[in-house]
Amino acid sequence: MSPETQREDPAGGGALQRLVEDDVSRKRFLKALGGAGAASFGAFVLAACGSSNSKTTAASSAAATTSKAGAADSGDVAILNYALTLEYLESEFYEKVVAAGLFKGNVAGLVKDFGEQEKTHVEAIEGAVRKLGGTPVSRPKGKFPIESANQVAELAYTVENLGAAAYLGQAARIQNPEVLASALAIHSVEARHAATLGTLVKKSLTPDGAFAKPAEMSAVLTAVKPFLA
Amino acid sequence: MTTSDMDPERAEPAAIEVGGMTRAAFLLRGALAAGALYGAGAVTPFVSGALAQGGGGDLEVLDFALTLEYLESDFYNVKGRTVGLKGQAQAYAGMFGEQEADHVNALQALIRQMGGRPAAKPTFAFPASDEVSFLKLASLLENTGVGAYNGAAPSLHSKQVLAAAGEIVQIEARHAAAINLLIGESPTPDQGFDRPLTKSQVLAKAGPLIKK
Repeated sequence: MSPETQREDPAGGGALQRLVEDDVSRKRFLKALGGAGAASFGAFVLAACGSSNSKTTAASSAAATTSKAGAADSGDVAILNYALTLEYLESEFYEKVVAAGLFKGNVAGLVKDFGEQEKTHVEAIEGAVRKLGGTPVSRPKGKFPIESANQVAELAYTVENLGAAAYLGQAARIQNPEVLASALAIHSVEARHAATLGTLVKKSLTPDGAFAKPAEMSAVLTAVKPFLA
Repeated sequence: MTTSDMDPERAEPAAIEVGGMTRAAFLLRGALAAGALYGAGAVTPFVSGALAQGGGGDLEVLDFALTLEYLESDFYNVKGRTVGLKGQAQAYAGMFGEQEADHVNALQALIRQMGGRPAAKPTFAFPASDEVSFLKLASLLENTGVGAYNGAAPSLHSKQVLAAAGEIVQIEARHAAAINLLIGESPTPDQGFDRPLTKSQVLAKAGPLIKK
């Protein structure tokens, strides 16, 4: 791979990943999250980890799996709840954009489609969290500047690029193959949205060039903070 | 990345343990759980498609991906220069062709890094004679590429290879959306969830273009 693609190695430095995977380190993981002051998002990650503790116990006794397999599931719940938060925000954003009626014709149709697709992402991820024994994070309240068609399209372009990078940043951390398959099926749709919006606002379809860049959870959460009411 | 990620031995499918289970058992358990996991959700068919992949090892998946990238690269960089593209179609073919060539180089390097030998480039035949037929075929190739990566990725063992596949599939998805828009098709033909394709499904779509 070129140095470009090695800039961020999801399998590498992942202190977070190691902590999530290592059952013994769970307490340190929780403490680290609190210490990092993950602000309004800390709560959901903590809740996800807390609720999946019971699942770990149940799974290891019922299925006689190792504690490590159980811990892996709890890592997936945290990742899913992170993705769910982003999908909630995207979904609410498109709802408000559609309600504002800023777009006409084909573009209005695309925006409506994208909003509906984000809603199906929300539903699928909520279902996946529950099936893994977790509790879906509560829906955050968003606030989005909605002024003009062009401004909204630019914002949507930014948000979709961020969403695609966020999924890419987690792909190598996901343990459960079904969760991974679902995340990938969503990841490339976010990329399609981003590229479509890029054509509308006359910005790059591929802002990272030939290799998409992943974004770390902390960077994404910082980037979406302005959109939380 | 750890050295074990780079050990070619890890590309072998058989006895790799995931949390005390062999990988095969882990995948099997996952496949059995898949129905229950997603229930009535829209994701079920995609998940089973993705899990149908596997058994070949990372190098085999990478070689398959390399063949698809050779195909796309030749399509834009060779065929694209012979069908009289203009305007937006020409601009896309130029840009996408460069990116597909980057994918070829990256996959070759990755295969070598893992101790493998990259597959040779096959000869292709593209049934396109003008801009309309070229773009239609571009849509097929790009959308198939997305499904191919999404279908193969969950069977990868190396996190590094998975990350690389993710970096590439996102670009294929962006290309696919742009081409679809240009020809008046939906940029999201599978709606909210891109359908993963099995190797045989990919070959059914792209195989006829490979001559030898």
